[in-house]
Amino acid sequence: MLAGLLVVVPLIASLVLFLMKGKPVKNIALVFSLVPFAIAIAAYVQLTHNPDSSTLLLNCTWIKSMNVHFAIALDGMSLLLVLLTTFLVPLIILSSYQNNYDNSHSFYGLILLMEMALVGVFMANDGFLFYVFWELALIPIYFICLLWGGADRARITFKFFVYTLFGSLFMLIGLIYLYNHTYTTAGIKSWAIMDLYAAGQALTEVQQGAVFWLIFIAFAIKMPIFPLHTWQPDTYVTAPTQGTMLLSGIMLKMGTFGLIKWLLPIVPLGLANWGGTAITLSVIGIVYASCIAIVQKDYKRLIAYSSIAHVGLIAAGILAANAQGVQGALMQMLAHGVNVVGLFLIADILLRHTGTRDIDKLGGIRSMNGNFAVMFLIILLGSVALPLTNGFVGEFLLINGVYQFSPIAATFAGLTVILGAVYMLRSYQNIMLGERRDAAITFGSVASSDKWVLIIVCLVIIAFGVYPKPLTDLAEPAVKQILSVINK
Amino acid sequence: MLSLFIVSGLGVLAMIAEIFKFKKYVFPIVLGGLIGALVSIYMEWQHPASYPLFDNMIVFDRLALAFSGVILITAFFWFIFANDYFEEESNVVDHTALVLFALTGALMLTAYRNMTTLFLGIEIMSIPLYVLAASKKRYLASNEAGFKYLIMGSFASGFLLFGIALIYGATGSFDSEEIRQYLANSKGSVPSFFIAGVVMMLVAMCFKVSAAPFHFWAPDVYQGSPTVITALMSTIVKTAAFIAIIKLFMIGFGAMSGVWAGVLAVIIALSLIIANFSAAVQSNVKRMLAYSSISHTAFMLMVVLANVRTNASVSAILYYSLAYSLGSIAAFTVLYNVSRKGDESIDSFNGLAKRNPLLAACMAVAMLSLAGIPITSGFFAKYFVFTTMIGTSYKWLLILAVITSAVGVYYYFKLIIAMYFKTSETNEPVFFETSNKVVVVLTTLITLVIGFLPDLITGLFAY
Repeated sequence: MLAGLLVVVPLIASLVLFLMKGKPVKNIALVFSLVPFAIAIAAYVQLTHNPDSSTLLLNCTWIKSMNVHFAIALDGMSLLLVLLTTFLVPLIILSSYQNNYDNSHSFYGLILLMEMALVGVFMANDGFLFYVFWELALIPIYFICLLWGGADRARITFKFFVYTLFGSLFMLIGLIYLYNHTYTTAGIKSWAIMDLYAAGQALTEVQQGAVFWLIFIAFAIKMPIFPLHTWQPDTYVTAPTQGTMLLSGIMLKMGTFGLIKWLLPIVPLGLANWGGTAITLSVIGIVYASCIAIVQKDYKRLIAYSSIAHVGLIAAGILAANAQGVQGALMQMLAHGVNVVGLFLIADILLRHTGTRDIDKLGGIRSMNGNFAVMFLIILLGSVALPLTNGFVGEFLLINGVYQFSPIAATFAGLTVILGAVYMLRSYQNIMLGERRDAAITFGSVASSDKWVLIIVCLVIIAFGVYPKPLTDLAEPAVKQILSVINK
Repeated sequence: MLSLFIVSGLGVLAMIAEIFKFKKYVFPIVLGGLIGALVSIYMEWQHPASYPLFDNMIVFDRLALAFSGVILITAFFWFIFANDYFEEESNVVDHTALVLFALTGALMLTAYRNMTTLFLGIEIMSIPLYVLAASKKRYLASNEAGFKYLIMGSFASGFLLFGIALIYGATGSFDSEEIRQYLANSKGSVPSFFIAGVVMMLVAMCFKVSAAPFHFWAPDVYQGSPTVITALMSTIVKTAAFIAIIKLFMIGFGAMSGVWAGVLAVIIALSLIIANFSAAVQSNVKRMLAYSSISHTAFMLMVVLANVRTNASVSAILYYSLAYSLGSIAAFTVLYNVSRKGDESIDSFNGLAKRNPLLAACMAVAMLSLAGIPITSGFFAKYFVFTTMIGTSYKWLLILAVITSAVGVYYYFKLIIAMYFKTSETNEPVFFETSNKVVVVLTTLITLVIGFLPDLITGLFAY
């Protein structure tokens, strides 16, 4: 029931918004987006008290001839991501209050449609349904970027679309291949996740290797992992701020989440053979993206590259396939989602107030608005994973997990901490501290809607840095279950 | 069976309409007749006559009925769409009659069992189309299209006839069931001219569905013909030719797939590559859709190549033809209205989202469907093809299909980008007839509904 509502409510909300042409819809969209968050909280309460409750499941036949079920379920891991999604969408909507978009009814309608698809991806327990939600998430974000994006958006969003579609078609083939093999293990062709696990594990080593790459490419493009990242910086920069937040805050997690739930348990032998290669790629991505981030001038582009570095570490932790790595990945996914929304909002605020995001042109903003400087600093420290911020828990576990897999990989992966501090602090120094470089640039008080978003983000950063236990408790059983399937 | 009578009867009626002066009633009569034919198919579906009629000439089993249904539904939408084309041209009823006769041929192709009926069906379907392609009499391009189509089509018919003759020489029969028996008894040792006959028929049929390398006529003919006729050619004619191929190769020559499968695999690969890359560089939308139809042909041929005669593969191709026909009808209807002033380039779609938001949205859905994005029907169409192919030894074709699909996205999205992103010089709203609006909206709705509930179609063959 709760699981079903989580999909249905955003869908209805988006349809309602599409019909409200020409009316002020910001507040309505915000209220609509708070409902799924409330449902997710209710699901959290339900899960902690009664994990087997039937309200957390929904399973009905969708396409009989292909044995496709509309099977969604909330376990600890998917609830974490659902909580993240439903928490971020209201923030993203609130952060848009200062921008007046044309046709805002479709803009917010698309955001909520996107929420529906994202929540569906995280809850799906049926391979086919997972694929459908996965693809469905692409369409709203494509239109958000295309219609409300910046310069040269047609070419850039198109590249993004084709890139991701290309990956997902390979995933589709991998999934169909598994589906055809469920006949030998389950006695009937089935898309149920457990049957796909069993079918995948029954494959030979070579077959598992092939399936591993077919599915991995889709996830690697979405995250993105080096060398499939070339769509990402341009898309992040061109997209409207809210689109960038959706892309990096939530959509990127589809890839990492997919790795945990839809790749590792399916092809353990493929992982054993090729995991090292994939981790190497991830680690290369970390160092490469961090180095590029250091020399960026556009602050938004800098965050985009930092996002590649962070996600590379998450992927490496997951592919190491041990308890610390996967657990750390989940924690870091949450932290990164929250922090990156804060950072992109800051980039947007800078642009709106000063007319530029160029790090070299800004300077001395702290003297003009001290509160803003403090909040910026907190988010930034969360992002560089200072202890007692939310980024620390995940990053520590991740590096620990990668270390168990290979100390050398961990050494290079650990560079992300140092390099991250370099580019983040350098940018902060340039933008906020020092002298004003351009007397024409002024920075007044931040609008209250933006202020609220920043305050909430800061509170979350500190709260979960100090006391991450509720989240780790939620993730732990799910991680154990996944790992037990892998190591069977 | 009744549907065949109804449609040919409508054709005769349309011809005499001029003499007996009920010209203006022809359109409602045709629509009513088509609905009647659909009802008759529904009735026969409940009690399908699996026995052959007319001395084993045709058999209206469920396979035939299902494809007749697709053809008639497409025809129904097509007639509403083409309504004002008939009004603008002078010889109204003649054209209506020609289309109806082409439709009769198409229905015959769904139900043939004898090679003579196959040939008759193809000719009855093609000859009216030669005329219709040239029906814009004052335009050079239209005349060229008709002429080209006639020459190339006759050539293919010659191949077909030659192939049938050779096969008759080897088996002594025109009956596809008897040919199948002959193959089963021969245990692989067939005379070489039988093989030559099979390959000649393959070539002829590939010409009819415009698969590469027999596709060269298609872009020119599609571009030169009036848009409504192009829509007819790329939907109904294609579906009919496809069911003919399925019956011929999967059922008739299925036992000797070793001979034709390799050839077909090459044809499919060529079609995928040539069609998608050529479509990507077109600036004329009609030409682009012509190439896109070649690429869809390749997808449907893959099911034939898989050569697994199961309900799943039959419903795969049924679903594909329906999804493709609906998407194409919607696309051509929008194109027809947008290009009223004669400009058929992609630029003519610029800013359509502002000039007519409803139709831009419908066109976007049609493009998403043709590109195969969930949850439109085009996605499931591709999906079913993938599932039938993945069990075969032609996995390399599957990879090729994926890569070329991504190219396909490129040109379908060019239109979406033009509609939503580019601004046009004029901001005047695009005028659409109500009838055309109805067609576009209805086909879009069906595209979404069968995309969400593919069981509606695949369930038909789940017995």
